[in-house]
Amino acid sequence: MNCPECDATLNIPDDASVGEIVSCPDCGADFEIASKDGSNVVLKQAESVGEDWGE
Amino acid sequence: MSRVCIVFDRLRSEEKMLQKEASDLGCDTSMLDAKITQINTDSKKDDYDLGDVVLERCVSYFRGLHFTASLEFMDVPTINSYDVASICGNKMIMTLRLKKHNIPTPKTYFSFSSESSLENLEKVGYPLVIKPIIGSWGRGVMPLKDKDTAEAVMEIRDINDGPHDRIYYLQELIQRPPRDIRIITVGDEPIAAMYRKSANGFKTNIALGADPEICEITKEMEDIAVKASKAMGGGILGIDMMEDEKKGLVVHEVNNTVEFKGLARVAKRNIPKAMVEYALSCIRK
Repeated sequence: MNCPECDATLNIPDDASVGEIVSCPDCGADFEIASKDGSNVVLKQAESVGEDWGE
Repeated sequence: MSRVCIVFDRLRSEEKMLQKEASDLGCDTSMLDAKITQINTDSKKDDYDLGDVVLERCVSYFRGLHFTASLEFMDVPTINSYDVASICGNKMIMTLRLKKHNIPTPKTYFSFSSESSLENLEKVGYPLVIKPIIGSWGRGVMPLKDKDTAEAVMEIRDINDGPHDRIYYLQELIQRPPRDIRIITVGDEPIAAMYRKSANGFKTNIALGADPEICEITKEMEDIAVKASKAMGGGILGIDMMEDEKKGLVVHEVNNTVEFKGLARVAKRNIPKAMVEYALSCIRK
């Protein structure tokens, strides 16, 4: 599928799971896999790093 | 068959490792995204696929903390508990807890306004390290080496004006080799450790590019790590120590949702497996 931001080709591994982050190799935008049904993948904008993120 | 649930908000390799180990141990394993889960005051455990025990793994501290409160409200055993997460998530509370339990920790100064913290700096002397009381990955941790730098940093804090920006946490700068030690404890048992060598500057966070190297756990490290874990209330923790040239080992941080991706590749123990086995031991009979 293509990057919703810049239209570059996104390679999503077959074993990728819902909740994983996919980064566009061209524009660097991060997307979260919102749902996945075989090769039918729906992406949503990933959350940006928050002040309280970490360990 | 025991059922394990892993609560997440960003599925990282750590959560996938935990999922795999739980499945390999024969557990019925579920993954629950906190971001899309709705809870209310009538919610019951059986309304969700929470299993017998939950490993709370949110990358957002406040999301994980409040989600844990909801899980405990539904009587679901959760690792770590709300109390442990609450203590470890706030550096000031964590430091006070360490000191109260006689665990060696760097001398730390607390002020509650920028003016007061600047006065304190003048009194104690430079350098001190300022750290946000909430946050991780070394963000906002800065050595204050002189008055000009301190005033600039305090001014930025005043402009930001988040509720936690009004709490000023200043810590002595420890004279040490350019590395620190991360020990992972599971149920008060140290299971693996690594040196984190500074990549650039004085910060040793792996998230900032520090170089991990396996560390043999000495008896002294083990004793301090066990005491620190017990002081926080147990669970699964990442205990960070520095090698002070004069005082020896000092614990400067205890982490709640410990990241272990790098260490898992080189550790002798199977870290995610130990974590899942510990979670299984916490299931109420």
